[in-house]
Amino acid sequence: MMANREPERILLAHGGGGQLTNQLIQRHILPQLENETLSRLGDSAQLDLASSSLCFTTDSYVVKPLFFNGGDIGKLAVCGTVNDLGVAAARPVALTLALIIEAGLEFQTLERILASIGRTARQAGVSIVTGDTKTVERGSADGIFINTAGIGVRLPGVNPGLEQILPGDKILVNGTIGDHGMTIISQREGIGFESQLQSDCAALAELTCTLFENVPGIRFMRDATRGGLAAVLNEMVEAGRFGVEIREADIPIKPAVQAAADMLGFDVLNIANEGKFVAVVSPETAEKCLSICRDHGLGREAAVIGQVLAAPEVPLVELHTKIGGRRIVQMPYGRELPRIC
Amino acid sequence: MLDRILNAQRSIEQACERVGREITIMEVCGTHTVSIFRSGIRSTLPSSLKLLSGPGCPVCVTDQGYIDVVLGLAQRDDCMIATYGDMIRVPGQAGSLETCASKANVKVVLSSTDALQLAREHADKTVVFVAVGFETTAPATAVAVKEAAIEGIENFCILGGHKLVLPAMRALLGGMNDRVDAFLCPGHVSVIIGFGAFAEIVTDYGRPCVVAGFEPVQIIEALAEICRQLADGRAELKSIYGAVVTEKGNTAAQNIIAECFEPADGYWRGLGKIDQSTLVLREPYRQFDAFARFGLEDRPGEPIKGCRCGEVLCGLIEPRQCALFGEGCTPEKPVGPCMVSSEGTCAAWYKYGRRS
Repeated sequence: MMANREPERILLAHGGGGQLTNQLIQRHILPQLENETLSRLGDSAQLDLASSSLCFTTDSYVVKPLFFNGGDIGKLAVCGTVNDLGVAAARPVALTLALIIEAGLEFQTLERILASIGRTARQAGVSIVTGDTKTVERGSADGIFINTAGIGVRLPGVNPGLEQILPGDKILVNGTIGDHGMTIISQREGIGFESQLQSDCAALAELTCTLFENVPGIRFMRDATRGGLAAVLNEMVEAGRFGVEIREADIPIKPAVQAAADMLGFDVLNIANEGKFVAVVSPETAEKCLSICRDHGLGREAAVIGQVLAAPEVPLVELHTKIGGRRIVQMPYGRELPRIC
Repeated sequence: MLDRILNAQRSIEQACERVGREITIMEVCGTHTVSIFRSGIRSTLPSSLKLLSGPGCPVCVTDQGYIDVVLGLAQRDDCMIATYGDMIRVPGQAGSLETCASKANVKVVLSSTDALQLAREHADKTVVFVAVGFETTAPATAVAVKEAAIEGIENFCILGGHKLVLPAMRALLGGMNDRVDAFLCPGHVSVIIGFGAFAEIVTDYGRPCVVAGFEPVQIIEALAEICRQLADGRAELKSIYGAVVTEKGNTAAQNIIAECFEPADGYWRGLGKIDQSTLVLREPYRQFDAFARFGLEDRPGEPIKGCRCGEVLCGLIEPRQCALFGEGCTPEKPVGPCMVSSEGTCAAWYKYGRRS
């Protein structure tokens, strides 16, 4: 009888801290994320970690639409934070999960998102150890917003950073770029490319940690999310210590992604990814990195796309185009893009 | 592919040597402009070959007066503005659509029929479609107007700003900028009007006209064809966009333009008033003309202080010769339309060509 009266949509009262909040947590959230630490429902999660050298990060997720080809906001919220740890040479251990839910969201939708969060976290080997749920009035959020924070244990003896980069180093990506951003944009704009496009949303920490543990020459790594490849490369040259050149012909891009970007006038280099990193590695270790990537499901199409140059007068990212021309790659300013992560 | 590019590049070099002076080729299509920059074509050309971007970006050529009319309509509570995305940030005398209107009454649409749909859904507002663009977007506007007439959708109208390419080319050669040696003619426009339409530029002005698509290889091959003609002292019309462009063009599209619109004198940014260069709705459809409906006048606007977009559009200066370029005027804070549109010359220079 009780079950029949249960509302099918989230009410403001579900965030009120009373019985309905308790029901929401016990019936809908915990079963999807079950683990010992979370089940205690303490005010703080207690963690016993192998090392005191940690990485700690946070990110919020407001993607629209909530579900897209290749992922959903829940998967994104886990992968994004896991990736921020992974590229910093930290093995992810635990995540927090804060949900801001708009009153009126269907329970079925919430369940799908929570199931996705649970599944993705298990696959990535992290636990959701503490969380929070708030509800807001209709119109105050777009269905659901999610924040996750993550804690990871740093791999011993590995210290990547911009300051490690040297002229001659190779630049590597772990696969095709622009997949996530073009999937979201196409789905939002309804331009009919949806079926051919799929977000690359994936948890990269396992691959990045394998690389860091096996290759001593990895100088720097960053996940190429908002602003895409162009943003990461421009952040690299900002300090002015070196320039960067990349070769258009070597950058992996799916034809459907290129076609959709051309149609909407976007430059694929500026388009967001959610399962791609840029790594700067010493020239002698580039091949080994490629081979590790290609042996891993998330790096099959990995490629060396360019190299670091000695400090030029003006530190630039320069692209050698397929036709033998050269042009600069700017830090993107793309305000027209819809919310994509 | 690489062979074709190398052959064309060699052909360009040899022809330029034979010509023995500076050559100026103008493209009159924003998509060409972007493709040229994005693929770094300029960096592969001999120093004596100069590419100029002409009045090819539809947003950029739209006169300031028209922009200010749009902004005025956006202030009205009884109107909803439906516009292509590029127009949103074009600055007027008092801000842009993005800053001076409430977001609720300005909608970005991908097609004219989306604008018509807005009218169906918002019976309490008059939906004004910002109808800009060359012959490429005019047929779609015509389709929406015809549909509105058939269905009797009275709360829909268009603010006609469609432009014709040929009158602008004639205006340039007729005085604004007669240094142009030849034209790389627009692929999209040619799909509609047919490459035969450019014959008058060849016969009347003796300038080679070559139509090309947007792949870098096609653009380079078109440049090679133009350079060879100039070296031989020839001026011919040619299309190398064979698969898509025919001599007569798309007659169905031409017919619907002719059915709904008639040419009228119009104002262009930088080029001023050009005879018979803009499209206005014909009598049976005039009820859908926003100028008429709101008692507005299409007149030239006050140019923005310091902005040299007009000279850029005529190919008289390069963007970096404008004092505002990259300083007061950037894609983040644009002063003139050439820095706003993704197809704008200044935006392309800023994004792909700036070196310091």
